[in-house]
Amino acid sequence: MAYSDKVIDHYQNPRNIGTLDKSSSNVGTGLVGAPECGDVMRLQIQVNDETGVIEDAKFKTFGCGSAIASSSLATEWLKGKTINDALTIDNMDIVEELALPPVKIHCSVLAEDAIKAAINDYRTKKGLEPIVDGKKHY
Amino acid sequence: MLQLPIYLDNNATTPMDPRVLETMLPYFTEYFGNAASRNHPFGWKAEEAVDYAREQIAKLISATEKEIIFTSGATESNNLALKGVFEMYREKGNHIITVNIEHKAIIDTCRHLEKQGAEVTYLEPQPDGRVSVEQVEAAIKPNTILISVMYANNEIGCINPIREIGEMAHKHGILMHTDATQSIGKIPVNVLTDHIDLASFSAHKMYGPKGIGALYVRRKNPRVKVTSQLDGGGHERGMRSGTLNVTGIVGFGKACELAMHEMAEESVRLSKLRDKLETLLLQLEESYVNGSTAYRLPHVSNISFKYVEGEGLMMGVKDIAVSSGSACTSASLEPSYVLKNLGLDDELAHSSLRFGLGRFTTEEQIDFAIDHVKTAVVKLRDMSPLWEMFKEGIDLKSIEWAEH
Repeated sequence: MAYSDKVIDHYQNPRNIGTLDKSSSNVGTGLVGAPECGDVMRLQIQVNDETGVIEDAKFKTFGCGSAIASSSLATEWLKGKTINDALTIDNMDIVEELALPPVKIHCSVLAEDAIKAAINDYRTKKGLEPIVDGKKHY
Repeated sequence: MLQLPIYLDNNATTPMDPRVLETMLPYFTEYFGNAASRNHPFGWKAEEAVDYAREQIAKLISATEKEIIFTSGATESNNLALKGVFEMYREKGNHIITVNIEHKAIIDTCRHLEKQGAEVTYLEPQPDGRVSVEQVEAAIKPNTILISVMYANNEIGCINPIREIGEMAHKHGILMHTDATQSIGKIPVNVLTDHIDLASFSAHKMYGPKGIGALYVRRKNPRVKVTSQLDGGGHERGMRSGTLNVTGIVGFGKACELAMHEMAEESVRLSKLRDKLETLLLQLEESYVNGSTAYRLPHVSNISFKYVEGEGLMMGVKDIAVSSGSACTSASLEPSYVLKNLGLDDELAHSSLRFGLGRFTTEEQIDFAIDHVKTAVVKLRDMSPLWEMFKEGIDLKSIEWAEH
């Protein structure tokens, strides 16, 4: 299968690989996927408590090139966004940006789930209700 | 200069040996006759070429010419063997014994036969991928008509004790079939001493052309017959109709002749290279060889690099052509059934690469491959959350992963 140039670029030069302190009160961590499915993404956001702006985002992914690219792209998009804006990122935006083929759509879904999971982890730390996602994946 | 990418997927197919091509060429244009045309020299010439190739092929496995039935490849041979035996010997019984890590051409044919009334036992191999003669014998029932066990596995290269199984099968009066696609031309296969009644193999796995294969069908002690699955002109002693692929057959014959002369030396050279590759790659932490290392084809190595996903790894090793046990490309997300049936965790199955060396593999290529794979594994582990957890001492099994 041929990968798009953008997938290859993110795979070869992944943006924002790394780890934030998950015990920090302004860091939200989302860990989604499962090793037996061949995809695990961990996405972390560091939020400015006052402004709600995501100041930093990091990821680590176990998965195929499309999964790595989807999470790398997600961190790029997250930085500088407010939490509320981040919630509007849709998996289809990722599909479009990376030109993912149909068999790789699940990678974008996983990235969207990772964003939501990270935001919910942050919200929980702040004593807020987790956001219930209307979309049902898988 | 090293030409990239480097081909290390010789279990999938092999490049054709130039000597094979050379032998084939005149049969496309000059000697184009139909081997079944008995009335003119065009046909005679083609028939002569086919007869000669049949001898070359038979010789490689210690069979006789008449025992070679040409097919389009090993998939067809496997279909013909299983379906043909089931239909021919139906009155004697309907039970077939096979193994759950056989090639899909065996597994799916068995599934098909089950719908036609066959009873099939799918044995589970030992963790090293092999089945024992005791295991097979224990599965025998009064209605068993056929045992089908692959000579060597295509994904991990492990070699089954075919000689013992064949001998045992004959003792019980049961027919013995083996899918020998990966082994014929690579290691010595002798249908007589191995007690094989039917053997499937194909040319493109041994530096011959694609689209030509054979089924060995024993003619003596016992005389075996299979019901034809392709009806027509009654070619191949009525077991497989269809105009013979003369060029393919000529190439197949030459490929067998070359294999016969070069196999012994070549397998020593290849196992040395394979062992070098394997030893150096196993220096990476948390990497494991899949399948038997004691009983294995000389040119195959299947290694899992834990905490790295196979398809991502394949993308990282784009300068070499290998196969992965990960099936992230298919919608199912199911990793290799062969590795899973060996009892490997899905995670390890997803993390595997299969290296298949071949006649044209050089030491320079292997040195490059070693560095290339090491670099990619290290890079991907640096971005793997699972590797980080492992390094922190977190048991991945203690985490509740989301189902998907």
